[in-house]
Amino acid sequence: MSLSVRLAWTQTLSLWHSGALRVLVFSLVLAVTAISAIGFFTQRVETALNQQGGLLLGGDLAVIADHAIPDALLNRAEKQGLATAKTYEFSSMVVFGESSQLAEIKAVEQAFPLRGDLTLGKNTFDQGKVVKNAPKSGAVWVEPRLANLLNIKVGDVVEVGERKLHVGAILVREPSRGGDMFGFAPRLMMNAADLPSTKLIQYGSRVKYQLLLAASPQKINQYYVQTKPLLSRGEKIQDVRNARPEIKSALDKAQQFLGLSAMVSVILAMVAMLLSSLPYIKQSLDTFALMRCFGASKSTVLQVLAIQTILIAFFSALLGVLLGFIAQFGLAKLAGSLFLETLPPASSTPVFIGLAASIAMMFAVVLPHAWQMRNLTAMNILRRETLAQPISAQAKFLPAALVMCAMVFWQARDVKLAASTIVALVLLCVAIVGLSYVLVTVANRLFMLSPKSQVLNDMKLGVLGLKRRFGLSTVQMIGFSMGLMVLMLLALIRGDLIRNWQASLPIDAPNRFIINIQPSQINGVKQFFEKQEIKGGSIFPMVRGRLISKNGKDISTTQWQDERAKHLAEREFNLSWAAQMQSDNQLLSGRWWTPNEYGKPYLSIEQDLAKTLGIQLGDKLLFDVAGDPLMLTVTSLRKVDWDTMRANFFAVTPPGVLDNYSANYISSFHLPIGADGAMNQLIRSYPNLTVIDVAALMQQVRGIMQKMSSTIEYVFAFSLLAGLAVLYAALIATREERIAEATLMRVFGASRRQVSITYVAEFACIGLVSALIATIAANLLAYFISAQILNIPFQFNATLAFGITLIAAFIIPVAAWLGLRGFLNVPARQLLNSI
Amino acid sequence: MQQSPVMQTKISQTTIIQAQNLTYEFISHDNHIQVLRDLNLSILQGEQIAIIGSSGSGKSTLLSLLAGLDIPSSGSVQIQNNAFSSLDEDGRAAVRAKSMGFIFQSFQLLPSLTALENVMLPLQLKSQPNAKELSLEALDKVGLSARVEHYPKQLSGGEQQRVAIARAFATQPAILFADEPTGNLDKATGQIIIELLFKMNMEAGTTLVLVTHDVHLANRCQRQLKLENGVLTEQTGLVIA
Repeated sequence: MSLSVRLAWTQTLSLWHSGALRVLVFSLVLAVTAISAIGFFTQRVETALNQQGGLLLGGDLAVIADHAIPDALLNRAEKQGLATAKTYEFSSMVVFGESSQLAEIKAVEQAFPLRGDLTLGKNTFDQGKVVKNAPKSGAVWVEPRLANLLNIKVGDVVEVGERKLHVGAILVREPSRGGDMFGFAPRLMMNAADLPSTKLIQYGSRVKYQLLLAASPQKINQYYVQTKPLLSRGEKIQDVRNARPEIKSALDKAQQFLGLSAMVSVILAMVAMLLSSLPYIKQSLDTFALMRCFGASKSTVLQVLAIQTILIAFFSALLGVLLGFIAQFGLAKLAGSLFLETLPPASSTPVFIGLAASIAMMFAVVLPHAWQMRNLTAMNILRRETLAQPISAQAKFLPAALVMCAMVFWQARDVKLAASTIVALVLLCVAIVGLSYVLVTVANRLFMLSPKSQVLNDMKLGVLGLKRRFGLSTVQMIGFSMGLMVLMLLALIRGDLIRNWQASLPIDAPNRFIINIQPSQINGVKQFFEKQEIKGGSIFPMVRGRLISKNGKDISTTQWQDERAKHLAEREFNLSWAAQMQSDNQLLSGRWWTPNEYGKPYLSIEQDLAKTLGIQLGDKLLFDVAGDPLMLTVTSLRKVDWDTMRANFFAVTPPGVLDNYSANYISSFHLPIGADGAMNQLIRSYPNLTVIDVAALMQQVRGIMQKMSSTIEYVFAFSLLAGLAVLYAALIATREERIAEATLMRVFGASRRQVSITYVAEFACIGLVSALIATIAANLLAYFISAQILNIPFQFNATLAFGITLIAAFIIPVAAWLGLRGFLNVPARQLLNSI
Repeated sequence: MQQSPVMQTKISQTTIIQAQNLTYEFISHDNHIQVLRDLNLSILQGEQIAIIGSSGSGKSTLLSLLAGLDIPSSGSVQIQNNAFSSLDEDGRAAVRAKSMGFIFQSFQLLPSLTALENVMLPLQLKSQPNAKELSLEALDKVGLSARVEHYPKQLSGGEQQRVAIARAFATQPAILFADEPTGNLDKATGQIIIELLFKMNMEAGTTLVLVTHDVHLANRCQRQLKLENGVLTEQTGLVIA
């Protein structure tokens, strides 16, 4: 072992035995524990949430094509160890006796569904049992709607193409039933092995071929990235986000929040490490100064310092990672029993994050001091000028700040989020420094006063402490307020996110759609609403039209590269009309029509559609409506909240424009529990109506949101732990100096009460200023993140802001007092000897 | 070396410190160590007492017991005929605030306070209304009026000890405890500090309890007591080694 390593090792051991290192190690371990536990946990939850989302797709990823899936794609998936299942969807007539009905056939391989399950019933009223497999060869499962329409029972035999298949069960629920909600006929599910014998798939048949895939997120991601550029015309690859828009935004936001939590834990840990390293640095530099006096060369001293730093950072981080792993294990177990059945195993990434954070931060803190020491002469050291020779505070903290920024960018995984957080942190530092100067000015004024009351006098001494330790107090305030700010930010965003989710799917959100309502049936449907006391059951007209040209130029599907644009241009639009804009829509540009403009050929377009098809305000769009041309001018662009499950339209005209075209109507409403009988009666009266039940789907979406809310609560609670690490570190940053001061005050005759009042007053100021700045910064940043990144409304929470300010102003002095209290009972002489 | 003129205070017949059967012992690594044994001591008001002894003889322990910075294992200390060592921590602190001043070997100035603020600290603790004026006056007396805004690290060792002397006298204590006040200073600076200490002590008429192993310094006091093996013996005519 080289001399430097030996010296570093013995030095570290003696520092540990003397107790000087324990505070730093404790703080490092706590910080790394928090950072890695949150890292492990959020990563596992993220994977679990994605898999939950995957239930709605039937797999983690789907390759969809209008022709048979190329073998190359399947082979690659199998080679990479992905689970696969092929499905085929097409429309065909299903015959039972004399009756026939158009159905949406889904032929699936035995492995389907790769994610999630199906619910099968014995009859159309059965709640059903959950199964995890596909129909066996020779059997079909039919939806209750198809069973009712054809009057089929379990055990009956139906004809699908040229094949006779027996009905094995009623398909009560198929979570992976997605796609265009208004375009589908009732479902019949069969085994793909029976497909050739039906002879339904011929050359030119319109079939949706699907290859479902499931594996770990890394493998899925790898497959996605590799496959996407290889897709040819008519092929696309989808994950749950682009397949199911209703869940996309919720999943995105949950992941952004988890990213935010991970980032917050990193900031907290970094601040804790930075603060707790200050006393260690001071002590180490004294030792190294002596080593220089005893003849150690500059390089030996620097080597010993570097090795010692690595030893401390590495072993603390190792212990922290271990504890973090144990902590997340408990957390995951608790979470598992409450809201997520099983969590996927943790990966090793958080181990590296913890180690990197610890080592990088320790080096960032030590570096400026080591640099300073390089230039000290032996005389400087003899005179103990190590710390007196000033390097500016900015230079001292710059490497640590850079390391922190890098870690924030790494963890946030969102440039906008990381950048805005860093800007907020910088502004917070500037505000704290500014306010510190104000406080010093106040302290200077206080200096002139001589209050008669002893308590006031002691408080004055406390406030004067801010002036005495201007630099350290400022660092301490920055530490406290950074910790408070990020915690408060998390609390605010968490509240907004959960509130937003709850609001997006209220308990009375529409759970049924009726389509194909004829004009003569509108009154009957309205009466049904009245009788069942259904509120908000509105009926919208719908006229189908195809977009032919824009501003005189013909629309051709080949002009777009984007699959979605092609798809939108190919399909018929449901044009609707309305006097008032729907309440869940938001006008982005242009203006809504006035009653005077009813009948004018105006059009309001949904913004995403406009963007995809390149439509702008003022464009003239020509539609073909049942063979007649209809020219409409775009007068407004709207934002539509599709998550609300209400009927909404891409294209809306003023009333009177579409009067001459035959329309049918659509309605969405909330059917109360127990009203199914009346609903069935309505359908019997108007057999042409198609009712789509989205209650099960909504339940699923709501369930996922609920799980995400719970996860967020858990992660938040754990982040508070990291916050405690900061509080602790900020308190110990000036502890030694304060103990020395308290001891001397006691030698001069101050009572313990007097000393306590002095410190409580000083820390109350520190707490109040930190909390005030943190509250302002957290609210501004939360506003920005809500509005610009998560796209959720921000709500200023006065109670939270006021409450946290008060609590911080209370907790910080109390914690400081508790930390010092022990020393107040030790005889002054013992402390004096150690000063 | 030129001997300085003797500056001695006027002694009254009132006892200001009375220690009776003072014992101080502790256990370290299973060894029972007795630092002070049944020690008795009376100090009169205005007296200058030097406690001498070799390193580790318990001089500083005795001083801290007399000043109430620690409590004896047995025996008692009375200050101005009032029980002192039996008071609780805060009770002793109150007596210290009212009647005692301190000078330490390692100066014990707070690094974050200027010279003026260091001197003001004990006055502020007593809510002294004119703390600043008294402190400036004290600093002037020790010849540091030009350096009142300097921090300890900007002052030499001798200057730091002068600040400590100013701090000790600013509160006008009845008793001044000085623990090796020249221990950290070179001979010439130490001499200047001693002159200053005795000059100010004489002017203020303060009782001085001085702990030192420096025979020259001890000789400047009216009484010399030697602490050896935990026992205090009165010395007459110390020989300069």
